[in-house]
Amino acid sequence: MMLNIAPADLQSVWLTLKLASVVTLLLLLIATPLAWWLAHSRRWYKGIIASLVALPLVLPPTVLGFYLLLLMGPHGVVGELTHALNLGRLPFTFAGLVIGSVLFSMPFAVQPIQNAFESIGKRPLEVAATLRASLLDQFFSVALPLARPGFLTAMILAFAHTVGEFGVVLMLGGNIDGETRVLSVAIYSHVEAMEYDAAHVLAGGMVLFSFVVLLGLYLLGGKEGKR
Amino acid sequence: MKLSQSRVLLGALLCGMMANTVYAGEVNAAVAANFTAPVQQIVAQFQKETGHTVKLSFGSSGKFTAQIKEGAPFDVLLAADEKNPQLLEKEGLAVEGSRFVYALGKLVLWSAQSGYVDDKGHVLRKGGYNKLAYADPKLAPYGLAAKETLEELGLWNAVQGKLVTGESITQTYQFAATGNAELAFIALSQITQNGKVTEGSWWIVPAHLYNPIKQSAVQLSAAKDKAAAQAFLTFLKGEKAKTIIRSFGYDLP
Amino acid sequence: MAIHAHFTLSHPNFSLDVKFQAPAVGVTALFGVSGSGKTTLLRCIAGLERATGSLSINDEIWQNERVFLPTHQRPLGYVFQEASLFPHLSVRANLEYGYKRIKPAERKVPLEQVVSWLGLEHLIARGDPAQLSGGERQRVAIGRALLTSPRILLMDEPLSALDSASKQEILPYLERLHRELAIPVLYVSHAMEEVTRLADHLVLLQQGKVIASGALHETLARLDLPLAAFDDAGSVIEARVAQHDEPYHLTRLDFSGGSLWVGKVNQALGMPVRARVLARDVSLATHAPQGSSITNILTARITELRDEGVDKVMVKLRVGDSHTLLSRITRRSRDHLQLLAGMEVFAQVKSVALM
Repeated sequence: MMLNIAPADLQSVWLTLKLASVVTLLLLLIATPLAWWLAHSRRWYKGIIASLVALPLVLPPTVLGFYLLLLMGPHGVVGELTHALNLGRLPFTFAGLVIGSVLFSMPFAVQPIQNAFESIGKRPLEVAATLRASLLDQFFSVALPLARPGFLTAMILAFAHTVGEFGVVLMLGGNIDGETRVLSVAIYSHVEAMEYDAAHVLAGGMVLFSFVVLLGLYLLGGKEGKR
Repeated sequence: MKLSQSRVLLGALLCGMMANTVYAGEVNAAVAANFTAPVQQIVAQFQKETGHTVKLSFGSSGKFTAQIKEGAPFDVLLAADEKNPQLLEKEGLAVEGSRFVYALGKLVLWSAQSGYVDDKGHVLRKGGYNKLAYADPKLAPYGLAAKETLEELGLWNAVQGKLVTGESITQTYQFAATGNAELAFIALSQITQNGKVTEGSWWIVPAHLYNPIKQSAVQLSAAKDKAAAQAFLTFLKGEKAKTIIRSFGYDLP
Repeated sequence: MAIHAHFTLSHPNFSLDVKFQAPAVGVTALFGVSGSGKTTLLRCIAGLERATGSLSINDEIWQNERVFLPTHQRPLGYVFQEASLFPHLSVRANLEYGYKRIKPAERKVPLEQVVSWLGLEHLIARGDPAQLSGGERQRVAIGRALLTSPRILLMDEPLSALDSASKQEILPYLERLHRELAIPVLYVSHAMEEVTRLADHLVLLQQGKVIASGALHETLARLDLPLAAFDDAGSVIEARVAQHDEPYHLTRLDFSGGSLWVGKVNQALGMPVRARVLARDVSLATHAPQGSSITNILTARITELRDEGVDKVMVKLRVGDSHTLLSRITRRSRDHLQLLAGMEVFAQVKSVALM
């Protein structure tokens, strides 16, 4: 096996890490209030929102990617919006990949956090309220620390899922070197082109790296749990 | 029911089944995705005339080749190129001498907007577009042809910042059909129906700008003795099949 | 009256329609069987449940048609049934949680005082709330609530989740609060023993409605309330420690109606104590009994008689200037002795429970 990695492949490794980190961060910001609302709302349309969030689990990634392509394209709603806002077009850009990955990994971030919030229940928040904590204060001083394991799981899943994501990224990204050719796409291209040596190096590296990251997070989580 | 009666019945049943296997065989065909529409028409015709049935799988030639190497149960491969059938032949996985070119792919520069592409392809030189989609030249023969064309025109370096790569020509077509890429190099067959191109604007790339895309078929070794597989490939070479193939915008050798 | 509350609330299988007042000091017990709405009422007062109605505490309006103060803006302390300590915080951080959230100028209860009142020093030293027993956790929860310097303390069956040993451990602390706290306490309970021991005022709830409200000893002795039908119906007598008889291990309690001898009480002479006398432990005689093993015999006047079922009669008696005793006797005894309201009788008290 040849162990020297082509610069283009290194680029996709870096790009993948960047994408997964940005997506995980964004998902935490978006999924947290969403999960909070889903855990506490009693509105009739809660079920509809919950189903929408879970929907990416149902659609095959390439299909989701195709619809995103339509949506973000010049004739799509999102595409017209970004054009009107002078933001250009999203497909074939890093930003487009980020949006696609955020949507696709949404259920993996929302559900663990939502479960964590639900398992906390209302009582600790009521206790905090009787101790003069405002809603926001309750959230940060009680709900967040108690939901920590859920956040950890959400981060692990969101990160891992983005690293491994392929269908949406391929469809939406256009495989542009340094912009949208992430690791999974690079490996796929190598395999398809029967460049198995390069594919093995990248795939092996990706599996090893992901294993180390996940193991680290689980160990961290285990320590937290025992505390 | 008497024993003798039921025996007769059983015998008749068995005879019938055997007759079926002898006269009406089944072919498992792996077909390059760009040939989806024409092969369906050809198979319909073939089944009507011979009583054989053909089961079709669509995908990329490279993927099929990798699968066949690992023992995938296909009888024939209709590839989008010449390279993959050659490879199988070399490795003894295809019947020697069974390989032939069933269609010559035609490359086209296409836009979903009508009037966008002129019939000389000047739009490529003029620029003014954001994205030019083509299939990964390592994976798709049409992608390779597109690359060769751009090189031949001396535009390869100029378009670097605008290139978007599809995994297959199907994806490349989708990039352009959704308007996300203004231009795309795809197969003429993808936009041809009943011998006519109906949507968007296009330029059929002159054949001298790229190496011929020799879509080749091969009979696989596992189906060496399968009469139905042989019959299907023979039918593919026949006049009726050729008419259908031409109507979808392919050339013939 | 400092607490004025009026709430109506309608749920599919429960409705609340409550109006009551409670004094500005002392412990008011909200008493009733489970499902009578007492916890819901407490939650309405805390603003944890949104009912229509009005609420004012010491002339401060917490809720009316236009106003609804959110819970965190109501200066109250709330002790839940389960201690509900925050598991992610240390014992000390739990205590300080509310304390930190009020303005320094409003901190009327110093941390050290609460810690010593409730005996929390060694609990703080243990660090993690998970290391505490049920009773200890509840003590921390009470301390945590008090440290917000509340203007009213709401307690929702704070002892019901504890075993009896933990209850006995924590009750002295509650009595101490009762004596030393200058704020009103609303105490939800369905245990008569806790109520008679801690409360001064009683609000009786039944199926989401207030059916009686008044001073504890008066309300307990009302024969028209379902309380009188309880097996452990009885009255409360406030008395003082008058004499210790060391050799016999007894203590004499004096009150305006006479004296009661009880088992040795570990209280100094002159200290106030609460004695609870159950109706089933009081028998009546028309003549002064002779040669009885029962030492506690009080002269009393019958004020009311009420039939109970087919065979029993509940007799209400006045003892001394303002004290009340209940006696449950058979219908036959009443007819045999020809007991009538206004008659003077001798009440023999078989046993006295000290609270």
